[in-house]
Order: sequence, then C-alpha cells, then structure tokens
Amino acid sequence: MSAAEQPFLAVERLSFGYESRSILHDVSLHFDRGRVVAIMGGSGMGKTTLLKLIGGLLTPQSGRIVFDGEPVDVRDRARLFAQRRRIGMLFQFGALFTDLTVFENVAFPLREHARLPEPMLRDLVLLKLNAVGLRGAAGLKPAEISGGMARRVALARAIALDPELILYDEPFAGLDPISLGVTANLIRRLNDALHATSIVVTHDVVETFLIADYVYVISSGRVAAKGTPAELRASTDPFVRQFIDGAADGPVAFHYPARPLAQDLGLRA
Amino acid sequence: MSFVDRLRWLGARSLEWLRALGHAGIFCLSLLRALPSALRRPWLVIAQVHFIGNYSTVIIVVSGLFVGFVLGLQGYYTLSRYGSEEALGVLVALSLVRELGPVVAALLFAGRAGTSLTAEIGLMKAGEQLAAMDMMGVDPVRRVLAPRFLGGVISLPLLAAMFSAVGILGGYVVGVLMIGVDAGSFWSQMQSGVDVWKDVGNGVIKSIVFAVAVTAVALYQGWEARPTPEGVAHGTTRTVVISSLLVLGLDFVLTALMFSTP
Repeated sequence: MSAAEQPFLAVERLSFGYESRSILHDVSLHFDRGRVVAIMGGSGMGKTTLLKLIGGLLTPQSGRIVFDGEPVDVRDRARLFAQRRRIGMLFQFGALFTDLTVFENVAFPLREHARLPEPMLRDLVLLKLNAVGLRGAAGLKPAEISGGMARRVALARAIALDPELILYDEPFAGLDPISLGVTANLIRRLNDALHATSIVVTHDVVETFLIADYVYVISSGRVAAKGTPAELRASTDPFVRQFIDGAADGPVAFHYPARPLAQDLGLRA
Repeated sequence: MSFVDRLRWLGARSLEWLRALGHAGIFCLSLLRALPSALRRPWLVIAQVHFIGNYSTVIIVVSGLFVGFVLGLQGYYTLSRYGSEEALGVLVALSLVRELGPVVAALLFAGRAGTSLTAEIGLMKAGEQLAAMDMMGVDPVRRVLAPRFLGGVISLPLLAAMFSAVGILGGYVVGVLMIGVDAGSFWSQMQSGVDVWKDVGNGVIKSIVFAVAVTAVALYQGWEARPTPEGVAHGTTRTVVISSLLVLGLDFVLTALMFSTP
C-alpha cells in the first residue's frame, strides 16, 4: 500500500481485555481522512474501550494502532502527547472541568498548548463557542447548564486546537430529540469545516445513519458488519437487521444465559 | 484451611502488598518529577495554598486556642504541686512547638484538607476530567497533582506555626490572665528555655515531613480511587486513617532522632 493510500488511522488486529474478561478480539478497522465513521454496537460491547485504545488511554494486549503513519504507543509519552494534540475527544458526559466556567473550559487547551495574547484567545474561544451555539453561556459554570449544553461545550473544547481527528464517545446518549438532532448536525458540520476525520461511537441508529459515511458494527468484541449506511440498511444479515430494526430478540438474545425458568421456579418440566 | 492454602494466602497477600507499595513508589516518583514544572507556574501553586491552607485556618486557630487553654490549665495544676508555676510558659511553648503543633495540625490537616484533596481528585477521575486532560495532551500529574502537592507542603508548616502561636496565647490567657501566673516569668522562662534551632527548627522539620506524607497520601488515594461514589468515599476514609497513623508513627521516629540527647 503506498503512502497516499494509507488510511489516516488504522486499527490492526487489536485485542484487549481486563484480566480474565476479553473485550475485543482481533479487530481491524480503517478510517480514511475527511470521513465520519461510526462504530456501533450494543452496550458493553467494547466500543468505548476501542475509542480509549485509539486515544492511547489504554494499552492493547496485541495488535497496534497507526495514526497518520505513526504507531500509537502508550509508553512513548512524548510522542503520544504530540499525537493527542492533533486529536480532540468528546467524552460521554462531557467531562467538563467543574471548577472552571464554560469559557475557561474551552480556553483550557489553548492556554496549555498555545501562547496566545489574551484578546486573541478570547476571540478564539468565543468563535468556538459560537460554532456550538453557546457563546451566550460563556460565563456560566458547568453545573448551571443542561446535559446537552455541556456536551456542546465539551465539543467546543475538543475542537479548540483544530484537531485532525475527533473522537466522540456516545455523543447522543441521554439527549432530548432537539439536542440530538443539533449534536448530530454539529458533528457532520464541524468535520467538514475542519477537514477532520471523525469517529463516532454510538448505538443510535437513526441519527448516525444520517451523518456517517461508513459504519462498523461491533458485537461480542468482533466486527460483525461494516459498510455504508445504505449497504447496512439493505443487509439481510440477521444480526444487522436486529440491530437496525431494534428487535428485542434475534441473534442477540433477550435473556441473559440462565437455567430453564421452570427449573429456577422449582416446577416440574 | 490446609497449611498449603494458608501459605498460598499469605504469599498472595504479600505479593499484593508489595505491588501496592511499588505502585505507590512509582506514583511518588512521578509526582517528584512533575514538581519543577509546577514551580514554573507559581500561580497554580498559590491558588492551592489559598484553597488548602487558607480554608484550614479557622479549624487550626480554634483548635490551637483550646489546646493552649488545656495546656495552661493542666500545666498549672501539675507545676503548682512543685511550686514551679513560673515554668508554665516554657512548658506550654515546648509542648506546642516540639510536638502538639506539628502533630495536631497535621492530624487536623488530614481531616480537613486531605479528605477534600482525595475527594476532589477522585471525583475528577470519576467524571473523566483527568482522562479528558490526558487526551488534550496535558499531563494531569503535572497540571493537577503537583500544584496541590506543593500547596499542601507549603501550607501545613505555616498552619502548624499558627497552631503553636495561638496555643501559646491560649496558655497565656488561662495561665496568666485567669489563674494569675506572673506574666514576666511566663515569657522570660519561655524565652530562655526554647531554643530556636533545636526546638522550633525541629518542629518545623517535623511539620514539613508530615505535610509531604499527608498530602502525598491524600493525592494517591484520590488518584487510585475507584471511579464510583463508594470508591471515592473509601478513598477519603483511607486518607484519614493512613495519614493519621503515618503522622503518629513518623512523629515517634523523628522525636527519637531529634531529641534523643537532652
């Protein structure tokens, strides 16, 4: 594969687990520059873990992650931090610094990494907040804004340094329908405006299929399906169908493995 | 339980303990490595001195005053039996600057500031704030822990000094103003009986050692706390228990080293 064809980010044969519990087995994913790629799957399927592995917050048991031609290596802190400056991450509940105002939260990465004169920093922060529609909330504390707003502030903070890669951990979880639509549109719009690459970890089928260019579906720690939203919608694979249609039972059983009910209730079979 | 099982249990516990000790050692080293960068940003340290130190002054001053009252009373009762009430000043002062000032201030500090440090760091961890900082390419050990560590190490010796000073005033109020010990002998005996280097200096060294121990324990417990409400609660409890025991144990060792010769 020539350098031009290399994906911007590649996850190569990655496996990860906690002690005896295995979470991801031999997962390979490719993310091309400029695209919005969704990683979908049920809760507890290792989606967030995958995102943390990409960000270097966790160390894989085997396999590797290559970001723009360079491996992501947790042990090489200097290179990892240099890579992270090119990555923005939106955490599930925003992870805003609760002791700082909305303005200072967005200013934080700029103050840490860029020595900007105060007026320029102020303009930049206000522009970032304007991009997520929250310029007016600059003076508020995180405790004074709603969950959806907090997520948007965190998004403004994640894009403060104009990242090339933006990671979204469950950006739609717990949002009302209006905030949900707003957030989905923002993800697409920001990705295109910043010429970035976005990875969205989610289980929200409707909103994701509207904005994603490509989708990976993870189940039981493996890639169960992949393709464009149109391809997945047309899929006849029972698992993909169950996931997209939200059916209660199917290849993913409704019941957690258990003994027969009659046996548990002490009834004769 | 068979003998082999017991041996296995003992081995597993010892290994676990050693691992935890090694982990704490690595944590302390990374904290030490991060100190120079915190010194380059003094405003972060000053903010912590304000937060950790300033907000602990009320409890320190009030406790110091009452400890001084009690020392004045008890000291007077004992000394008066031997007709040496005028030595009350030196008794109160030595008790405070050598022992009670550093030790009680450190115990109060562990309860007031140590727990709040543990809870703050633990909750930052639970809210993924530390991970978010890490993902921004900002090392949380340098940005969050190191300034708090320095803030604690600067604050506690100052608080211990305040404790001793207020305690001496408390002893004066009870001994001189209320009971009627001669003020001149109260102060002059203190002046001649307290050595700046041996007594006050060693007291200051003690409080610096306690400050390092309490602050490091508090930060470590927050850093290692499970990111759940129970985890943070557990961490704050451990901060108080471990740092209190550590202060008392270290106090014995330091006293033996410093005052072994009369």
